[in-house]
Amino acid sequence: MNDALDVVLRLVAVLVVFLVFPLLVGQTEHKVMAHMQGRLGPMYAGGFHGWAQLVADGVKFAQKEDIVPADADRRVFQLAPAVALLPYLLVLIAIPVGPRGFVGETVDAGLIFVLAVMGIGVLGSLMAGWASANKFSLLGGLRTAAQLMAYELPMLLAAASVAMAAGTLSLPGIVAGYHWWWTLWQLVGGLVFFTAGLAELQRPPFDMPVADSEIIFGAYTEYTGLRFALFLLAEYAGIVVLCALTTVLFLGGWHGPWSGSAGWVWTLLKTAVLAFVVIWLRVSYPRLREDQLQKLAWTVLIPLALAQIALTGVVKVVTS
Amino acid sequence: MAPSVGIPGSGLAKGLAVTLRTMTRRSVTAQYPDAQPDLPPRSRGVIALFEENCTVCMLCARECPDWCIYIDSHKETAPPAAPGGRERSRNVLDRFAIDFSLCLYCGICIEVCPFDALFWSPEFEYAETDILDLTHERDKLREWMWTVPPPPALDPAAEEPKELAAARKAAEKAAREAGPGPGPAAAGPDSPGGAGA
Repeated sequence: MNDALDVVLRLVAVLVVFLVFPLLVGQTEHKVMAHMQGRLGPMYAGGFHGWAQLVADGVKFAQKEDIVPADADRRVFQLAPAVALLPYLLVLIAIPVGPRGFVGETVDAGLIFVLAVMGIGVLGSLMAGWASANKFSLLGGLRTAAQLMAYELPMLLAAASVAMAAGTLSLPGIVAGYHWWWTLWQLVGGLVFFTAGLAELQRPPFDMPVADSEIIFGAYTEYTGLRFALFLLAEYAGIVVLCALTTVLFLGGWHGPWSGSAGWVWTLLKTAVLAFVVIWLRVSYPRLREDQLQKLAWTVLIPLALAQIALTGVVKVVTS
Repeated sequence: MAPSVGIPGSGLAKGLAVTLRTMTRRSVTAQYPDAQPDLPPRSRGVIALFEENCTVCMLCARECPDWCIYIDSHKETAPPAAPGGRERSRNVLDRFAIDFSLCLYCGICIEVCPFDALFWSPEFEYAETDILDLTHERDKLREWMWTVPPPPALDPAAEEPKELAAARKAAEKAAREAGPGPGPAAAGPDSPGGAGA
């Protein structure tokens, strides 16, 4: 009974985080982006500096008609937003927040689980692109596919480097084995992982699959109302997951002063800083071209990730 | 021009620095309905009518490029000033309206008015939900008259305004004509108005 209650509580906590944190990131994006552009951003919704803007957006989305195009593949079209969103919820379960089992559920091969499930999220965009019966959607879906192919590899290689360094695939195990100099040692891998993650989330400057000035909104062109909101939510949930994963793998998770009592604060703090960087990059850089995107992946990120693996291997052999 | 060669990625870092610097500065947004904008002098908000000065000469209505000024008037006669003289007639304004849905804010009416009856007012908050309501009659135009700011001061080295120059000349002339009589009353040409007409 106690075990069941424990599991339920953990899952509820994960669900709450899953529903709240993406909104926090979204609101932060509204405000940070505005101030980086010399604007104020939302100021009215909720009264104080527009804190309820996303709530208002949610209400608006819920009021809109849910349209399925006549020629669309109905079932696939309707299922796509869930496929895009739910994997991030599953990933969140396995991410350790603090020491001594402060995690939704300890998974032995957590790293493999996390990376595999994160890849599924992109399938939602593919399904949406294929099922919409719209050429722009199809183009967006194809771009998503190409991007997934290109960026999954450097991401896996960079993660593999960390797994080699820690000698385990368990996420809490990796954090437990962390030493401060790992961040320098795995710096290149961390950068590759973060960049590839951004590309997989289709965040600017890697947002060609939804490039609104070229192909309207890519795979999401035909979506309205709540289903569209779910895709947007998936993007922000993806940011949370990516930043948390980068924190866990490369920045030492809960390690920091007083990590014994306030370890989870460190994890959240590092995640928040990374989320800020994600927003910052979006504001600062223009969108890459499709071929530049592929070139960056295959000629820069993959060689860098391979070099990182070699470095990790050499250091590992020398120190052991 | 050859691209300047620097440290790889320095351009990326510069881009990040620009956005971060902007974030730490005050934003330029003016929250309009809460904070009134700081309008420059001579702002063209709306056209105000000072109807005491209007003689119904119709110049403004005729010069208006899209004929958005509507004027109605009638003549009234006044008894002669001296017995046996001619009756005086004058124009009385019945209607003066400007259709601001047509007005293109060129200001020609204000320029051509020979009697200074039309003025620019900086007032701009007169949006309506019905386009017909944008035709404003003389009472509304008169209300706006009280929002007309005094003309901005002249530049330090500017030429003397014509009105002042004319007034000064007239005063000097009057002083000279009065001069030969009482004598000392004409103090000098440099003290306009000193003589008193």
